Amino acid sequence: MSLVLSCHLTNFERMVKQKILIVDDEPNIVMSLEYAFKKQDFEVYIARDGSEAMEILTHHIPAVVLLDIMMPNVDGYQTLKFIKEKIELNSTKVVFLTAKNKASDIEKGLKLGADKYLIKPFSVKKIVAEILELI
Amino acid sequence: MNNFALSCLILLYLCILFYIAFIVEKKGKSKWVNNPYVYTLSLAVYCSAWTYYGSIGVAANSGISFLPIYLGPIIAAPFWIVILRKVIRISKQHKISSIADFISLRYGNDRFLGALVAFICTIGTVPYISLQLKAISETYDILSSGSTFVPRGTLGDSTLYVAILLAVFATFFGTQTTDASAKHKGIVATIAIESIIKLVFFIVVGCYITFYLFDGTEDLYHRVTQIQDITPLIGFSKVEDAFSWFYMIALSFTAIFLLPRMFQVSVVENVREKHLKQAIWLFPLYLLLFNFFVIFIAWAGQVTFGNSSNAEYFTLLLPLKNGNIFIALLVFFGGLSAVISMVVVSTLALSTMVSNNLVIPYGFLEVFSKGKPEKNALYIIRIRRIAVFSIIIIAYIFYASFSIELSLYSIGLISFVIISQLAPSFFIGLFWNRGASKASKIGIITGFIITMYTLILPFSIQAFTGSTVFISEGAFGISFLKPHALFGIDFLSPPAHAFFWSMLANTLCYLVFSLVSKGNYRERNYAEMFVDSKNFNSLQDSALVWKGEAFVSDIKNVLVRFLGEERTERALRLFFSKYDLPLDTQMADARLINFSEKLLTGSIGNASAKILISGVVKEEEISLIEVLKILEESKETISRNKLLKDKSKQLTQLTEQLKEANVELIEKDQQKDEFLDTVAHEIKTPITGIRAAVELLIEDLQEMPPELSNQFLTNILSDADRMSRLINNLLDFEKLSNGREQLNLQKNSLKRTIETALSGVSQIASNKKITLLHTNKSDYSFFYDEDRILQVMTNLLSNAIKFCEPESGIISIDYRYDDGFIFVEVKDNGKGIPQEDLVFVFDKFYQSKNQNTIKPEGSGLGLAISKQIILQHKGKIWAKNSLKAGVVVGFKLPFD
Repeated sequence: MSLVLSCHLTNFERMVKQKILIVDDEPNIVMSLEYAFKKQDFEVYIARDGSEAMEILTHHIPAVVLLDIMMPNVDGYQTLKFIKEKIELNSTKVVFLTAKNKASDIEKGLKLGADKYLIKPFSVKKIVAEILELI
Repeated sequence: MNNFALSCLILLYLCILFYIAFIVEKKGKSKWVNNPYVYTLSLAVYCSAWTYYGSIGVAANSGISFLPIYLGPIIAAPFWIVILRKVIRISKQHKISSIADFISLRYGNDRFLGALVAFICTIGTVPYISLQLKAISETYDILSSGSTFVPRGTLGDSTLYVAILLAVFATFFGTQTTDASAKHKGIVATIAIESIIKLVFFIVVGCYITFYLFDGTEDLYHRVTQIQDITPLIGFSKVEDAFSWFYMIALSFTAIFLLPRMFQVSVVENVREKHLKQAIWLFPLYLLLFNFFVIFIAWAGQVTFGNSSNAEYFTLLLPLKNGNIFIALLVFFGGLSAVISMVVVSTLALSTMVSNNLVIPYGFLEVFSKGKPEKNALYIIRIRRIAVFSIIIIAYIFYASFSIELSLYSIGLISFVIISQLAPSFFIGLFWNRGASKASKIGIITGFIITMYTLILPFSIQAFTGSTVFISEGAFGISFLKPHALFGIDFLSPPAHAFFWSMLANTLCYLVFSLVSKGNYRERNYAEMFVDSKNFNSLQDSALVWKGEAFVSDIKNVLVRFLGEERTERALRLFFSKYDLPLDTQMADARLINFSEKLLTGSIGNASAKILISGVVKEEEISLIEVLKILEESKETISRNKLLKDKSKQLTQLTEQLKEANVELIEKDQQKDEFLDTVAHEIKTPITGIRAAVELLIEDLQEMPPELSNQFLTNILSDADRMSRLINNLLDFEKLSNGREQLNLQKNSLKRTIETALSGVSQIASNKKITLLHTNKSDYSFFYDEDRILQVMTNLLSNAIKFCEPESGIISIDYRYDDGFIFVEVKDNGKGIPQEDLVFVFDKFYQSKNQNTIKPEGSGLGLAISKQIILQHKGKIWAKNSLKAGVVVGFKLPFD
């Protein structure tokens, strides 16, 4: 029963469409992610750096933010901080998606409050699975 | 002039001098007393009555022969910096109070040598003092009688009273403390004043005679040539005269250092070493001024009186003959000043020598070692006072009994020759450490005997008996032994002749016996200290080598007898704190022995000090070899210490450099890490793109719309291109910065290279509708690697295109020659670079935050590579924001 219910719930939620914000300065990567998440029926928002992301986040409250770290102007850390400070974004999950793969980097990212830390290069399938698992 | 009035004036003048001395003694620290001018003026004590009156006599009788006596000191003055400074430094350190003390200390506290020097000085100075008294007496008589002088009985002679007053003056101001090395500022100040008086009055009378009585120097010259042929008087008639001149100059050269009164004022009374600097030019100036009118006064006298019998007193006789008592009076007081300063300083210096080097070491040590402090001090002062009076009385007796016949000039010269016997021991001893005390004694005695034979004996025989047989025939009728022409040298004047032979024998004896004798250890010890006085350590207490057993309490007992309880305590406390020793130290070391000897030296002379101290300590015999070894060792230690200090300084520097290098290395390491991180990131990015796109294409190729799959494929292609570009650039950059890349330097045309670069980027520029400007028509051909410079230009141009707004962008390239370099600049009108980033733009992987496209084409290595290329060309590259808008990136290349 609970399984059916939950199934219903997901369907219901799918009806409302989950929102995801992808923040990355590499258009080629963004394009692949956008395709993959749209296929999962997400409403996809795209920002090419932190400041664009902040702009979008003042109007929309996505379920997940996929965040690159090394970006021009406002980087991923600053963007995360911005999200954590905003009460409306309390329920928004933040996932770092970056090439920085040192243990110290991962530790730092999680400490700052990211819900997941995923590393480039990545398998698109796996990313989608991780995000779905998260929400 | 009235006898009584004149006496009153003299008394008044002396009172004024007493008063000045008294005031100065009280205010000894004032800068009016402690300045180089007072020091220089006090040196003018050299100009005694001999200068004041005697020179004119010589000038009248034998022309310019009066000059060498002043030329010697003038020549000596520059040497003061070397010689006198050394003497002053040593004397201050060892509390030396006279030349006898100085020489005796140099030769190892030699008691006999000190006494010998004191004796020579006394013999040389007493007749000299009597000569001064004679001058007073004669000028007094001339002034009071108005024409000439007549000898009178002793008690009726005012000179005696003047002499006694001078003795009182010297006693009062010269023997206040037992420490003879203490300064006598009162006396020095009066000497300075007297030096001014005698110079001014002499110049006044010179002007009066030359310009008032006569019509200037030319008039005098004409008149004197009418009455006599003066050519032999104003030049050298024979070459032999020049020899005499030479020896006289040498003689006075030594005298300026050795005369007891000169040593007193120049060394003992010297307040600051640096006063010498002014003295070396002021003192010669004083002498020149003093001698300016001498020859004219002499001529004036000859013209007026027709002969030169009373030539020494022309300065007095000329005004008197013209009825000008006032000028005559001035002359008299000028002369009196010269006499007073000379007599006072000479007797002061002599009395110190007589007490410290003749009397105390030979008879009073026993008494002193038992006596109480107050009594001892009284004894010492009393001995000096008696010495002062005795010297002046003896000088008076000498004058009264037989100096009437002698001229001022001849007695003065005899004194000089006698004193000059100290020259070898003094001068050579200062610079040659082998100079031995035995040799010094033998030299002085030999020289003195020769002076006796060649100068004093014939002079006295002639003066007493009037016979010249001895001079013309020689001793026992042997012509080789003629006193004025020894061994046939008959062309020198008697004083020059005596000086020549005595100095030759003296110096030879000194040198030969120094080389032969071994000398004792103490002598060699002091020799090293004196010769090596520049070395600071040589003047320290530790410079004395001494071995033995001594108790501080015993030494203290000796010190107390002379210094009193309080001063001894104070001195020892200072000593202990200086060397960081506990106050209750029991055993004395070499430093304390040396220190104590120095303390006593001022009071009783160094020879006595040594005897007294060694009386209470058990000194071990040290061989000369041992002393030399210790001295050598201490020198070595000093140099080794210096070496060590240098080494440790170097080490500190090295450590510092190492630390810096380490910091740099750590920084480099961090930079390398960052670099690798960045490289990894830059490579991962396209790989990520490729991987994601390929994954999607594999999964979804069937469902995917064809435009989309095409786009993914295009992305894969561009990512692959990006990666290969990145890798190429990386390799390029590493090659350049490691210097592994050899430049292909060819003579190229700059204009052509620029045109090539422009055509390369023209396509992207026109895509963005950006204008490229190149208006410079001139061309420069020089050596550079065209491919590489092309790379740089392309880089700069495409960067500029990247940062320019489409359509409105304007980029210009220009170049010029300046100061050996070709300057090339690329200017754009884009957004510019943040000021704080300007220095980093040439770093690898710098990417501006202000780029128009989010991710511009490029690896972030373009400018870094450009920089390496320009550096390899020995040029420079820079970036700056232009004043209006945009960035100017320029570089310069050497134009050979």
